[in-house]
Amino acid sequence: MKYHADEKGYYGEFGGAFIPEMLYPNTEELRQNYIRIMEEPLFKKEFDQLLKDYVGRPTPLYFAERLSKKYNTKIYLKREDLCHTGAHKVNNTIGQILMAKKLGKNRIIAETGAGQHGVATATVCALMGIECVVYMGEIDIARQAPNVARMKMLGAEVRPALSGSRTLKDATNEAIRDWINNPVDTHYIIGSVVGPHPYPDMVARFQSVISEEIKWQLKEKEGVENPDFVVACVGGGSNAAGAYYHYLDNPEVGIIAVEAAGKGIDSGESAATSALGKVGIIHGSKTLLMQTQDGQITEPYSISAGLDYPGVGPMHAHLFRSGRGEFISITDDEAMKAGLLLSKLEGIIPAIESSHAFAILEYKKFRPDDIVVINLSGRGDKDLDTYINYFEL
Amino acid sequence: MNRINQKIKEGKKILSIYFTAGYPELNDTVRILEELEKNGVDLIEIGLPFSDPLADGPTIQESSTAALKKGMHTELLFEQLKDIRKSVSIPLIIMGYFNPVFQYGVEAFCKKCHEIGIDGLILPDLPLDVYQSEYEVIFKKYGLINVFLITPQTSDERIKQIDDASNGFIYMVSSASTTGTTKGFGEEQQHYFDRISAMKLKNPQIVGFGINNAETFKQATRSAAGAIIGSAFIKHLTSHGVDAISKFVKSIR
Repeated sequence: MKYHADEKGYYGEFGGAFIPEMLYPNTEELRQNYIRIMEEPLFKKEFDQLLKDYVGRPTPLYFAERLSKKYNTKIYLKREDLCHTGAHKVNNTIGQILMAKKLGKNRIIAETGAGQHGVATATVCALMGIECVVYMGEIDIARQAPNVARMKMLGAEVRPALSGSRTLKDATNEAIRDWINNPVDTHYIIGSVVGPHPYPDMVARFQSVISEEIKWQLKEKEGVENPDFVVACVGGGSNAAGAYYHYLDNPEVGIIAVEAAGKGIDSGESAATSALGKVGIIHGSKTLLMQTQDGQITEPYSISAGLDYPGVGPMHAHLFRSGRGEFISITDDEAMKAGLLLSKLEGIIPAIESSHAFAILEYKKFRPDDIVVINLSGRGDKDLDTYINYFEL
Repeated sequence: MNRINQKIKEGKKILSIYFTAGYPELNDTVRILEELEKNGVDLIEIGLPFSDPLADGPTIQESSTAALKKGMHTELLFEQLKDIRKSVSIPLIIMGYFNPVFQYGVEAFCKKCHEIGIDGLILPDLPLDVYQSEYEVIFKKYGLINVFLITPQTSDERIKQIDDASNGFIYMVSSASTTGTTKGFGEEQQHYFDRISAMKLKNPQIVGFGINNAETFKQATRSAAGAIIGSAFIKHLTSHGVDAISKFVKSIR
């Protein structure tokens, strides 16, 4: 079994490029060039340098002693929350802005849900002095005011997506429509391992720095490169793709993907795509997605805006279908509790997305000598309002 | 012979109209089809609404959302169309996005289209290579013509591939845009129309996107076999209703 994308962007039966002809030249240009560009020594050097000096990599692999003691196993946290802008998202936007420059593009568009990817995109556009337009659902604009302000300070234009349900999936539609209307000068920076080929593979490669670092960091600390388990939360799945990447073909490393169950899988308000989704096409990719019997895409729900996506990247659909990954879904309440626990035990306030990954420690029993790496994908500052309201702080 | 091929053979410039099934009212579908034929339209594209229509501008998006809200769905559309060949004889195409067709089952969908008397499908997000490797056999089995799109950015090489894979007409998108732009046609479009015309493709071309009145229809059909009007017709339905279809068609030619 293969777990990486093949030449046409398929992970098993999932992936591909189901796009209207209007998008064919754009994605084809990218498809023909992305691997060649990423392998150029000069590109690599510039990417690595920016990750080091600007993003602050390598991010620490931290042994969480008190958490380990509580759950009687060895837990390491991969501290993506310490990246510049507060989450792993910037690994991808740094890579893609360099890619856009190589391709001679002078305008960037992006979609955003909670605003994290929008901020990460606006940041690299400011860094490079490139025009930036971020599409964001009208409803999300209203509920994520601080991130909207950040993007504006960084010089980006935030355009409201007014169609459909006016959230992340519609912001993605609007960004794709913008790309159709501006096929020559514009690069679309997708924020996750979703969308048509080559996006899922390209984004996974840019995020793969996470597991590349885990390997040598773990070697330093434990004398082995491979943990017994890697745990990450999955919305579209970019932090998970990065954390799993170098372990995908190594069956000794268990892969655990944590989805948002929202108010419960059967509540009608959930974002647990592996449990509730069927095979279909969303944003140009064949994958698992939440939809009606008739094939209309439905609106997911999670307390965490970053997990609130009706599909999942094709890599993860394949990991689920093939049994390579273990998929667990965690409710809002369980995630919030886990976030509070991590704050109290380790002095780290996690993003609510990441809190979902920690919540599995209550349900999944690990052995005392298991090495469990949890990808702490983002910090909780952006979620303070949600924490305040939930815990009445 | 398929009705589409027959119609093109007649040699008259084709006026094709797109509308969203279930809009403005859920059960308007048959009446709209009959009115369009009665007023001399040559070919009709029946839009199967989708929640996330990537290639469409606001007008078609809004009509799709409204139709879905009123309860339009695939089986209902087939139900509405079951006797359509008793009253409408011009070629009919269903245009939609691939996911609803995929959920219905591609073979079941094509079979149903064949039973009703649908002549072809336009599924913009079903790519050429996937069509050829997985679905062409099914389309052929049920006598359905699959219509592909080309745009000003499509390379000559790919246009030739698409021409080879086509057996009805090529949907020629007039500009790099989603549906419903009203910029009119400038030098750039004329250059593109001429370029395609000079390629002497085996399939005729019908131009879509940006055609909204008699002038743009005339410009588009100077070298192409016909033109498709979508958003402008939907806007007209929104403000003047199904009763005024005749007025709209007469304003075009």
